[in-house]
Amino acid sequence: MTLDRINIGQSCKIVKVGGFGALRRRLLDMGLTPKTQVMVRKVAPMGDPIELCLRGYELTIRKDDAKNIEVVKWEEESI
Amino acid sequence: MGGGEYMIFALAGNQNSGKTTLFNQLTGSNQHVGNFPGVTVEKKEGIIRKNKDASVVDLPGIYSLSPYTAEEIVTRDFLIKDKPDGIINIVDATNIERNLYLTLQLIELNIPIVVALNMMDAVTSSGSYIDIEKLSHELGVAVVPISASKNQGIDNLIKKAFEIAKEKVRPKKMDFCEGHVHRAIHAVAHLVEDHAQNMGISMRFAATRLVEGDEQIEKSLKLSANEKDILNHIVNEMEEELGTDREAALADMRYAFIENVCKKAVFKNKESKEQQRSIKIDNILTHKHFAIPIFLLIMCVIFYLTFGLIGSYLSELLELAISSFTNFTDAALAHFGLSPTIHSLIIDGIYAGVGSVLSFLPLIVVLFFFLSLLEDSGYMARVAFVMDKLLRKIGLSGRSFVPMLIGFGCSVPAILASRTLPSERDRKMTIVLTPFMSCSAKVPIYAIFVAAFFAQNKALVMISLYVLGMIVAILSGLLLKNTVFKGDPVPFVMELPAYRLPSFKTIMMHVWEKAKDFITRAFTVIFIASLIIWLLQSFDLRFNMVSDSSESMLASIGTFIAPIFKPLGFGNWQSSTALITGLTAKEAVISTFQVLMGGDMSLTDLFTPLSAVAFLSFTLLYMPCVAALAAMKREMGAKYAFFAITYQTGIAWIVAFLVYNIGRLLIGG
Repeated sequence: MTLDRINIGQSCKIVKVGGFGALRRRLLDMGLTPKTQVMVRKVAPMGDPIELCLRGYELTIRKDDAKNIEVVKWEEESI
Repeated sequence: MGGGEYMIFALAGNQNSGKTTLFNQLTGSNQHVGNFPGVTVEKKEGIIRKNKDASVVDLPGIYSLSPYTAEEIVTRDFLIKDKPDGIINIVDATNIERNLYLTLQLIELNIPIVVALNMMDAVTSSGSYIDIEKLSHELGVAVVPISASKNQGIDNLIKKAFEIAKEKVRPKKMDFCEGHVHRAIHAVAHLVEDHAQNMGISMRFAATRLVEGDEQIEKSLKLSANEKDILNHIVNEMEEELGTDREAALADMRYAFIENVCKKAVFKNKESKEQQRSIKIDNILTHKHFAIPIFLLIMCVIFYLTFGLIGSYLSELLELAISSFTNFTDAALAHFGLSPTIHSLIIDGIYAGVGSVLSFLPLIVVLFFFLSLLEDSGYMARVAFVMDKLLRKIGLSGRSFVPMLIGFGCSVPAILASRTLPSERDRKMTIVLTPFMSCSAKVPIYAIFVAAFFAQNKALVMISLYVLGMIVAILSGLLLKNTVFKGDPVPFVMELPAYRLPSFKTIMMHVWEKAKDFITRAFTVIFIASLIIWLLQSFDLRFNMVSDSSESMLASIGTFIAPIFKPLGFGNWQSSTALITGLTAKEAVISTFQVLMGGDMSLTDLFTPLSAVAFLSFTLLYMPCVAALAAMKREMGAKYAFFAITYQTGIAWIVAFLVYNIGRLLIGG
């Protein structure tokens, strides 16, 4: 599953950050590294971008870029 | 030399970490603003308060030392090449994990460093606790708790910074990793030791960068082909063993180390008080249905206050002051019996020119007061979040929305406001497009033409002009993103910082900075431009002073260039002359017409309704006034400013041509 498919209010765990170049590097730099817990807090009024909560702060990324981030649901992992 | 040496500190940290506030606290009003060489990234430098022999350079707010954005590269270059005596690394304690990511990279540079742990008051008030000693021990560098906005701990920070710089206290550890990454970095470190020494950078930094795949560093280290092979071999081996690539491996390594440090030294509630408050505020401000209406409402209020209530009141006051000062000088010069030429130069040239531009000043001050309020409170990031989708298609991000919106008021503050955009490319593109937003100085031109030609459809024609400007901006965006500003837009991965009450002092300093800058421009670039226009207006080609403006050099130039506008339907010399004077300030177009037409002529003698529309389209789109031009030059350099005005004037010609000729075909005239 990819991050853009996670429902609002749900948490997930990052498996892999895809993509390339500056964008991928930026995502990693901002703390979207494997095993990090991420909560999708909100979607912007026009349906894009999305607001994430991770490492105790809020980050916004575009859905297109969220497609590059592979995740698993947080519940699945805790079972 | 001992203690008497002049010391330079670098202030580095994330965006939204309170860096500007700390910089202001460190330096007071002793600041000098410039650009880093070769790029339009702002460089602020200031003398540290109570210490004449030390200054601090405010580096751009960045999240990493990766080599992608101009800001990151500038920071790296400064730290590597200018070799500051110490780094003051500001870290937002309420957001410590992500902030320490940059800290680890700074530590690798092996420059004396002190961590200024900011917003400690917020940490304490939300019932969290950070063990400073433990944190300092785990990181191997000095840590000083501060609250920049409350001016707490600053003296301590300065003391500590001097201490580590004087005694050249290097970071105690630079090894943040275990296992495969650790082995790879060590192997590479041995490999490049000599190169790093030659280049004068820390071996550890060079090695980490190489393992991470930093091409810029690889190039500047001048590795031999053999060494490159070994490097690649080491990295490949590491990637295979870890099952992940080099960039992810190192980011992961740093965050894993930070998580471990935080486990030991940071005892935090799940959500801080500030964060909870922000979530509540955002429930309204970024609400699915309310977000956009609220934003528009806020902008309307700001516009009303700036261009309506406060700004216009102050502008009138200033104009009054300027005009009475002008009258006083006028009378004094007459009394003194100064030569009429010099007299006219002073009154009609300098005073009129600089005076008309200075009357913008209140607008700029008021507008920037509000803009700084929006920026520093954290709301601007929300605007970008809400509006991003709209601007993405033309190759910009939500961040450009506010500067463009301000363009409807005045291009000058709009261009200056683009400074807050995080990427140089977005900044330039926004600046080129902003003047297409019809500024308020053009309203009198529209009003008079519309009254003369379209009394029936006033509103429709006015609105069409505004829409035309926006359409041209959108099309230009599409065109430019694939040509001049080609290349990857900087990724839209943006922090939404917690809402904070902005510091009044920081806002006032920001406003003062803009005002000072604008006044400086008014007395340099705009001063000279006014002189030239006056010269052209007051003399004929044989440099005799003229009494009838239709004989002036300006009119001759107008007559000379008039044929350029013939295909647009307004090939008369009055129009082209008015367009030239419009460069001092757009309102001047109307006053020029009034002067040049004399008593018995009216606009209907010069224009047909169709050519009037073509003229208005041209006026809407062609290069902005000198004040805006000066702002453009300031923000993106002469080369791009020249490109912008050429592009804008070219587009204006094409659009007016199309309007006139398609109109003629339709009407059949």
